[in-house]
Amino acid sequence: MRRFHWLVPLTALGALAFLYVPLMAVAVFSVNNSRFGLSWQGFTLKWYAKLFANEQILEAAWNTLVLATVSTVIATVIGTILAIGLDRYPWPKRLFSALDINLHLPVVTPEIVFAAALAVAFGVLRLVFSIFEPGLLNMIIGHITFQVSFVALVVRARLEAISKDYEEAARDLYADNAYLLRRVMLPLLKPGIVGGAMLAFTLSLDDFVVSFFTAGPTSVTLPLYIYAIVRRGVTPEIHALSTLALTATVVLVMLSERFTRKQNKE
Amino acid sequence: MNSHLVWYGELTTLRRLLRRGLYFAAPGMIWILLFLALPSLLLIVVSFTTRGAYGQIEWTFTLENFKRLCGFGLYGWSADYFIILFRSVHVAFWTTLICILLSYPLCFYIANKPERSRYFWLTLIIIPFWTNLVIRAYAWLLVLAPQLPLARIANALGLIPEGTPLYPSSFAVYLGMVATFLPFVALPLYSSVEKLDWALVEAANDLYAGKIRVFLHAIWPQTVPGISVGITLTFIPAMGMFVVPDFLGGAKYMLVGNLIQQQFGTSRDWPFGAAVSLALMVLTLVALQLQRKRGKKVEPI
Repeated sequence: MRRFHWLVPLTALGALAFLYVPLMAVAVFSVNNSRFGLSWQGFTLKWYAKLFANEQILEAAWNTLVLATVSTVIATVIGTILAIGLDRYPWPKRLFSALDINLHLPVVTPEIVFAAALAVAFGVLRLVFSIFEPGLLNMIIGHITFQVSFVALVVRARLEAISKDYEEAARDLYADNAYLLRRVMLPLLKPGIVGGAMLAFTLSLDDFVVSFFTAGPTSVTLPLYIYAIVRRGVTPEIHALSTLALTATVVLVMLSERFTRKQNKE
Repeated sequence: MNSHLVWYGELTTLRRLLRRGLYFAAPGMIWILLFLALPSLLLIVVSFTTRGAYGQIEWTFTLENFKRLCGFGLYGWSADYFIILFRSVHVAFWTTLICILLSYPLCFYIANKPERSRYFWLTLIIIPFWTNLVIRAYAWLLVLAPQLPLARIANALGLIPEGTPLYPSSFAVYLGMVATFLPFVALPLYSSVEKLDWALVEAANDLYAGKIRVFLHAIWPQTVPGISVGITLTFIPAMGMFVVPDFLGGAKYMLVGNLIQQQFGTSRDWPFGAAVSLALMVLTLVALQLQRKRGKKVEPI
């Protein structure tokens, strides 16, 4: 324990308060029994009940989950094999750096530029293939594009930490390619793959910009829904919905913390 | 090309290895090329086209969009778009700087906690990091509402008329931006602070260095890796941010992100939107380049 100037803890706690006061306010007003205005009118859970009777919200929640699940599954598969392909083969230096730049593109491109480019590309594709109407398919493609590189980067970090010895031992024992991949590499990579998939899933749940540029009228997700409603004014249902989303985030963060801590112990 | 080599315990040839590597890498690489690299090139092409009467793209090529971006409009020259671009860089810069200033005390405070409770404090930064951006921007909208203490205090101080919220204003945008990006600076910085070699700090103290010199020579160089990740994670997205200024800044305090969104939304002027996107992309590349140069200079320490 080191002793700091009193300004250090003060600023630190101030910064945390700064992060949490708005979120707390949303949670408090989500149980406030008042339709309009922000004066305290007593405790109620009716806004939460209304939430579950609102078909638009249920549909948005369903869309959000479908989008996140489908895109995460595809991105995890593509991203994992991409990481193996980049890390375990003797690429010529030049080619490797080109591939590496391509891999990093989704990470460094500003989200809104990526989203705009995607909107234009789908707009042009639409002239030829009518399935590229704004909607779930476009959103899934967009989400996979940024998820792939995050999954690949996470898995690659894990690959770099695994020593050659395992693969060499497996080869010495006459493992063929398929056996090596299935029985040696994938089990060793599992923490990286799960970590990458969790990251991809959360990125998809959190995404607003890419969805906003690619969504159609029937594929509204929760962030899009909240955005549209907030522009028309503040309502207690949105407080309740935001509080639920916040609670879900807290649970997910705790679960992933526990998971990574368990990995670290092993 | 066909000579044999041993690679990870396997006797094989270079050609066979590369072919297999290609099978693994190709789907991901092609996906990113197809849905990010090619669309970006298309965006460049579209920025030279013309907007049709119904908002469609007409493939007649002009420099009109870039002229307009430089301020040459129908009614003579105006600096509007320059102001928006400059403001975006300005807001991103100050947001990053304030986040760094807040992150240092925060990270040192947490790193100094006993090991058992450190996870708890760290989780407190991770939760906002993962909370949806729209919700966090909305939460500020709520906190700045006219009936709540912040707006009342501002009213009592004579800053705003009674019954008005604290938004839309540049102050609200800064609040929202700093709150949004603080975890993005604090988390990478924390990983550096946790590994900090305190022996160097003690050595500096033993050699009678003042507090500022201790920080500059013993602490700052050790935290540069964390800070530079934090800067990249903050400065670039902050320049293109549009949810926060949209909620809290209104039309008077537009950033480049809002301008792009407007062109692709209500204005339906894709060619001009593409041109603005390119401008943002150029700003981003410049920022990345500056960052990389600075990073290289600092590394040898």
